[in-house]
Amino acid sequence: MGARRLEEAVFKALMLASLGLVLAVLAAIVVVVMARGASALSLSMLTQTPKGGYYLGKEGGIANAIVGSLYLAFGASVLSILLSLPTAFALQKEYAGRRLASITRLSLDALWGTPSIVYGAFGFIIMRYLGIGTSLLGGILALSLLMLPIMTRAMEEAIRMVPLELKEISYSMGATRIETTLAVVLRQALPGIITAVVLAFGRGIGDAASILFTAGYTDHIPRSLLDPTASLPLAVFFQLGTPFPEVQRRAYASALILLVIVLLASLAARLLSRRFSKHIVR
Amino acid sequence: MRWRRIKDSLATRSMYLAVALANSIVFLVALGLFVKARPILATTSVVQLLFSSTWHPLRGQFGFYPFIVGTLAVTAIAMILAIPVCLLSAIYLSEYAHRRVRELVRPVIDLLAGIPSVIYGFWAVIVIVPLVRATGGALGSSTTGYSLLAGGIILAIMVFPIIISVSTEVLQTVPVEAREASLALGATRWETVKHVVVRSALRGIVASIVLGFSRAFGETMAVLMVVGNVPKVPTSLFDPAYPLPALIANNYGEMMSIPLYDSALMLAALVLLLVVAGFNLLAHFTLLRIERRS
Amino acid sequence: MPHISLRSLNVTYRDRRALRDITVDVPDAQITTIIGPSGCGKTSLLKSLNRLIDLSEEARVEGEVLIDGVNIYHPKADIIALRRKVGFLSQKPYPLPMSIYDNVTYGPRMHRMNREQIFQQIAELEKDRSLGRLCPESTRLTARTRRGGEMDLLVECYLRVAGLWDEVKDRLHDPATGLSVGQQQRLALARTLAVEPEVILADEPTSALDPISAKLIEEEFQFLKKKYTIVFVTHILRQARRIGDYVIFLYLGELVEHGPAQQVFTSPRDEKTRAYVAGDIS
Repeated sequence: MGARRLEEAVFKALMLASLGLVLAVLAAIVVVVMARGASALSLSMLTQTPKGGYYLGKEGGIANAIVGSLYLAFGASVLSILLSLPTAFALQKEYAGRRLASITRLSLDALWGTPSIVYGAFGFIIMRYLGIGTSLLGGILALSLLMLPIMTRAMEEAIRMVPLELKEISYSMGATRIETTLAVVLRQALPGIITAVVLAFGRGIGDAASILFTAGYTDHIPRSLLDPTASLPLAVFFQLGTPFPEVQRRAYASALILLVIVLLASLAARLLSRRFSKHIVR
Repeated sequence: MRWRRIKDSLATRSMYLAVALANSIVFLVALGLFVKARPILATTSVVQLLFSSTWHPLRGQFGFYPFIVGTLAVTAIAMILAIPVCLLSAIYLSEYAHRRVRELVRPVIDLLAGIPSVIYGFWAVIVIVPLVRATGGALGSSTTGYSLLAGGIILAIMVFPIIISVSTEVLQTVPVEAREASLALGATRWETVKHVVVRSALRGIVASIVLGFSRAFGETMAVLMVVGNVPKVPTSLFDPAYPLPALIANNYGEMMSIPLYDSALMLAALVLLLVVAGFNLLAHFTLLRIERRS
Repeated sequence: MPHISLRSLNVTYRDRRALRDITVDVPDAQITTIIGPSGCGKTSLLKSLNRLIDLSEEARVEGEVLIDGVNIYHPKADIIALRRKVGFLSQKPYPLPMSIYDNVTYGPRMHRMNREQIFQQIAELEKDRSLGRLCPESTRLTARTRRGGEMDLLVECYLRVAGLWDEVKDRLHDPATGLSVGQQQRLALARTLAVEPEVILADEPTSALDPISAKLIEEEFQFLKKKYTIVFVTHILRQARRIGDYVIFLYLGELVEHGPAQQVFTSPRDEKTRAYVAGDIS
């Protein structure tokens, strides 16, 4: 009995240590990024675009990357919603048969884990085919591919949770499928759908590999969809790679801003879904 | 009434169109990459591409062997480090932790999953690389710290959330009755976990590991930032390496100016896609079966 | 000509047959109760009368259901018009995810009823009930003068019919989910009646309710039967005795006996019916 107890105690200690390690790593990441970033952050970092000699340590800020990232992530979210929402709706029983639904889930799962560098490469091919260079549009296209499976799966899960009885009521009053979907299903699933969008937004804004080829990098804030654009993840990447400590400090600040946006998005998902759950049936 | 019907049928049509589009993307991506990779496949045999170590784009020699070894090595290190930590954590969360602890830890783990990979890379450059350099120095190998080991460590951290959350979920699908039956026979909690819970959840746990593997296999930025990027077959943990995703990301700038270079990189992307999609589908079917059973 | 007739109706779920060769006429303007032990196919029968059964993907239906002489399973049948004609009350009341007000107007809005149609519907409602004026003169007046006032009138009338008006008149725009279960079921009744169906299907509508709400609903059904054909599923024999004019007894998916309530309860022809009515099988 003693040995059995001992084994249990040993493994329990190992488990606690493992979980502790995981949580400690998370804390270390957040703390290090916050601490380093906070010391490097200044108002001009947030409000200015790079001036001459910026990459040698002179004046300027990363407003180009902040605005660029927001453009990219918003644009890609919109594009992705246009495809995700109808797809998620179509996976309801009234629409897709069992086979089509499972095939669609399968291809979404195949897309889900596809490395973002692959989307970047594919986006690059498409852009070459269409004859556009590195641009906001190209970045949005590549990012929306990355967001699509994340968004669709999360939306579909929310829609699947809508009680069948609720739809029955709507149908029993003579509603068509689209009327039921828009008036009842959309409303009931709205908190989950919003969470899905914000989740995908958070993933999208942090991704670097897909926009590396497609969005390019520039010191200016883009004026049109065909202008190249800077982005926060690439600002971290490029500036950290320079040999100048002054510029590296800006990478710290960029990382902090990016992390804060991602954390805010995840917080917003929680708050928004509560805000929109006024009417929903539990 | 007629208008409502027309609206319904229009809506239905556009939904099916969206579904068709969503379904075709994975094929379009594969097709696009394949078309672009064809030129290099036409000039060099697949065996040559996969097993040659000569990488001289200017001379038209594209041997992917060092990159493939680099990818496999860095992924393997990540999995060796991550699997025990993740499984122990998952078992604790599912079997020992109070429900409240579980509900508290879960969003935190989700948060870990949402952190951008450049942030992981950034943190690894600041924390992991110096640590590896110091350890390497202490062990008598002079290393910059930008190495296979640093890449493996940061990848392991990045796959924590996937493996932990999926395997916790799978462990929780094991029915309470199975645990009760074992406990009633006088087994300890740990023996119950070992012999009953883990055994019946084994397929799902494997699936969670497969998912983690495919995530690690295709991860680009974080690894790129710490792995050193030297196109040679690494011989020690402290050697630099050059995984496939990093190869693609680092060379997009010049790939259009050297013949066949873009084709070679697109082939690399295609290989990544096929490997990762294959593993994802494997996990998909395994988890689907578990979901249906529970 | 009976309103609803079933002709050798069969319902199969995958390989399990839920209903076997049901042929019966449901009499007009009466309350028909479907009784039988749980799992005997009562709900399946009810849901095949307005094709809600289509929503369960495994269900296969053979045979005919004629409503006003039209087979609703004909491939060209107009399901939406059918469902408008056939109202449905579910076992557990599900408020739609919107306000109390919007729950009542859901059907009329969807069917795009105009002002005049609504006024006419209200006039007919009041005539049928021979109750005189349902709503006070002031409501009618504002309904005539204010834009959208006809919907206010409609909401008030049907909430009064369902006996809910006084309890909710001050919070019409609150989420319907805030109502008690009994109130929710009366709201469901108001919502169903607001599209003026000709047939009402009710699936144990009182089983989730407190005795007082249940009594209100039962009394309402006594009123409704003057105008509607009602099919009422119940597993409570006493309730079937109390409210039913006609009885259909199902056992293991088969139609064992049907006839006027008086006859089925006092002198059943079949041995199984006798045993069930006596409480020997359940």
